[in-house]
Amino acid sequence: MINEETLPIIFIGLMGLSVLIYAILDGYDLGVGILLPMGADQENDRDIMIASIGPFWDANETWLVLAVGLMLIAFPAAHSLAFYHLYIPVFILLVGLIVRGVSFDFRAKAAVDFKHTWDWLFKLGSLLTTLAQGFMLGQFVMGFSYTPASIAFCLLSAFGVTVAYSYLGAAWLIMKTEDELQSKSIRWALWCGRLALIGVIAVSIVNPMINSEVYSRWFAMPLVMFVLLIPTVCFLAFVWNDLLLRRLPKPNDRYCYGPFLLVVVIFTLCFIGLAFSFFPYIIPNELTVWEAASDVETLKVIFYGAVVVIPIILMYTIFAYRVFHGKATSLRYH
Amino acid sequence: MLDTLMLSRMQFAANISFHILFPTINIALCWVLLYFKVKHDRTQNPVWMRIYRFWVKVFALSFAMGVVSGITMSFQFGTNWPGYMETVGNIAGPLLGYEVLTAFFLEATFLGVMLFGINRVSSRVHTFSTLMVAIGTSFSAFWILALDSWMQTPAGFEMRDGVAYVTSWWDVIFNPSFPYRLAHMLIASGLTTAFFIAGISAYRLRKGDTKLAPKVALKTALYMAAVLAPLQAFVGDLHGLNTLEHQPQKVAAMEGVWETQEGAPLLLFAIPDEESRENHFEIGIPKLASLILTHEMDGEIKGLNDFEGDHPPVKAVFFSFRVMVGIGVVMIIVAWYFSYLTYKNKSLVRWQLRTLEILTFSGWVAVLAGWYVTEIGRQPWLVTGVLATADAVTTQPTGNVLASFITYLCVYAGLLWAYIHTLRVMARKSITVEEFETKELSPTGNTLANNATPNKHATEPQGA
Repeated sequence: MINEETLPIIFIGLMGLSVLIYAILDGYDLGVGILLPMGADQENDRDIMIASIGPFWDANETWLVLAVGLMLIAFPAAHSLAFYHLYIPVFILLVGLIVRGVSFDFRAKAAVDFKHTWDWLFKLGSLLTTLAQGFMLGQFVMGFSYTPASIAFCLLSAFGVTVAYSYLGAAWLIMKTEDELQSKSIRWALWCGRLALIGVIAVSIVNPMINSEVYSRWFAMPLVMFVLLIPTVCFLAFVWNDLLLRRLPKPNDRYCYGPFLLVVVIFTLCFIGLAFSFFPYIIPNELTVWEAASDVETLKVIFYGAVVVIPIILMYTIFAYRVFHGKATSLRYH
Repeated sequence: MLDTLMLSRMQFAANISFHILFPTINIALCWVLLYFKVKHDRTQNPVWMRIYRFWVKVFALSFAMGVVSGITMSFQFGTNWPGYMETVGNIAGPLLGYEVLTAFFLEATFLGVMLFGINRVSSRVHTFSTLMVAIGTSFSAFWILALDSWMQTPAGFEMRDGVAYVTSWWDVIFNPSFPYRLAHMLIASGLTTAFFIAGISAYRLRKGDTKLAPKVALKTALYMAAVLAPLQAFVGDLHGLNTLEHQPQKVAAMEGVWETQEGAPLLLFAIPDEESRENHFEIGIPKLASLILTHEMDGEIKGLNDFEGDHPPVKAVFFSFRVMVGIGVVMIIVAWYFSYLTYKNKSLVRWQLRTLEILTFSGWVAVLAGWYVTEIGRQPWLVTGVLATADAVTTQPTGNVLASFITYLCVYAGLLWAYIHTLRVMARKSITVEEFETKELSPTGNTLANNATPNKHATEPQGA
């Protein structure tokens, strides 16, 4: 059962799960960073928005470390190959992550006259991180090429990921804020949702057009009847959310969780769509998970640990979210 | 000269040097915070919470710096050192994996509760969260030092077709240098933190802070340093003996010994010259190096000439070692003398406070110097006897690496400045804060959230 046939599949599953959890969790906090309004009179909004992600962002980023770590451990050949081609985008991603991570802490502690600068850096860092991630996703789909056409696609993908994260961030804020800021978040979510829909459609059309393998996979009979459910449900989720957002806020803040849950559904479906396009390739058309996998003994050592530890991680993650459930209140280091 | 290999090495050195500064503080600072919190829970004396509240902010800031610079590290393997994982991935992979699984999530998740959850959870759960973060930071040290030690003194594996395969995980983790290196690093973290707390508290006192909190913090830090500084000298000596056994060429570079000799002198100063393979301007104490390293006056120390072509660059190792030991000696003297004064209930006078301020970041310098000794001392190997550094590097165009290296340097310089500047601002702000806010002292006030009832002895903490 646990052998060299199945272990690479289990690990690509674990890695995929980490990537998805990362995209959802860090996605909302990056989105909140991108949406940060920079007006001089909006400092209070900024404080609440940042407070809403304060207790979580550290742990959210850890999922990225886990995803990259799993790739490094389980698929070292793919890791080397991917990061060879992604040297510059990875480097931009890292600078973005560094800048935003520290700005978060500096803004609260710095002298008041610097606070606005740190806020700017927080927004800029969030944007840079997101753009880099979108660009990397584009490069992955394009099989790591730097022709004008593929760069154009990567820019489209960068734009798509940015609006998608903003969409998720806005939906998060609808849950975590009240009154005027909540109304603002609803408007943000509406517009980001529409832009994200355009992005998703564009990527979904271009992807099978340039990858014949992907095309044949999606449109092979009779599977097509079944797999087309994914884009259909995804589209319906977009529409449903649009309708819901136009009716929010409701009395007693009913359905304030709705948009976030729907965006999570959209993220999950898009992710499944991507996974379906490329599995079992870990580097499209170049390396399969079996070709790239580490020694089976190494995989076993991690596997048994992960089976024990990951449920515990999920448990205390849920505990942390329960501690901070409800509307965000301004952050105080007690 | 500046090819991809050299630039990748410099970039890795810059990244890891910047990164290690923050875990070094955090590993011990979190245990100290736990001590403050437990002390508060036990005595209900609000002064402990005051101290906790100040230092937890410092911890949060340092933690964020550590996290973001640590993420950079996890990408470096792939971007700059693909040969590393290709050769020893079967060993490095699981060790790094367990660090993420058992340490990173634990510390990052409970950090949120520790920093912002005090009004939302019971005091007991909050103390528990602090404990979990402390355990997380220490687990992290455990795994990463296991891996680093394995690279220095590899064990428990066999090579098949140029790839390392594990034969015994126990031997891999508890490789010959691991226990010494772990102990040396954990104590180094404690010492760094002790002088860090002492320095900032001294600054507050010298700037006219009359509150109890900085005094108590200073006292705690001084006693901590007084215990740890001599202990570190002892553990450092053991670590040195272990290195002599397994990596004699590193010790030869540390001591500047060219020719194998019996009764080697301890060089206080010299300028090693790798061209002519000799030292200039030697000042040394006869036979002392042999005595320290072999515990015999006429013990034999192998010289660098026995390892020609296979030993590390001498100058860097030689000087780094002297910087580390020099700071260690200063730490022992200062910690003991000032602890003695404090114990005698004398407050430190101005020059003494100034001395502590100057030593605020002395731990950083010593830790960096120590790591340079051990890591440069490992060259030309990445994994001793298994993988040469030059064989692991990427084929990335030099221009890419140059661009990333320069940008990292700029970012790190900016952040370091911001970090130190912010610490100063925080210390200055704390001077003007009232000793205890009224709501803290009112029985219904919940800012403290620990049901802190005003203590009649609120001005005199029981022991420090």
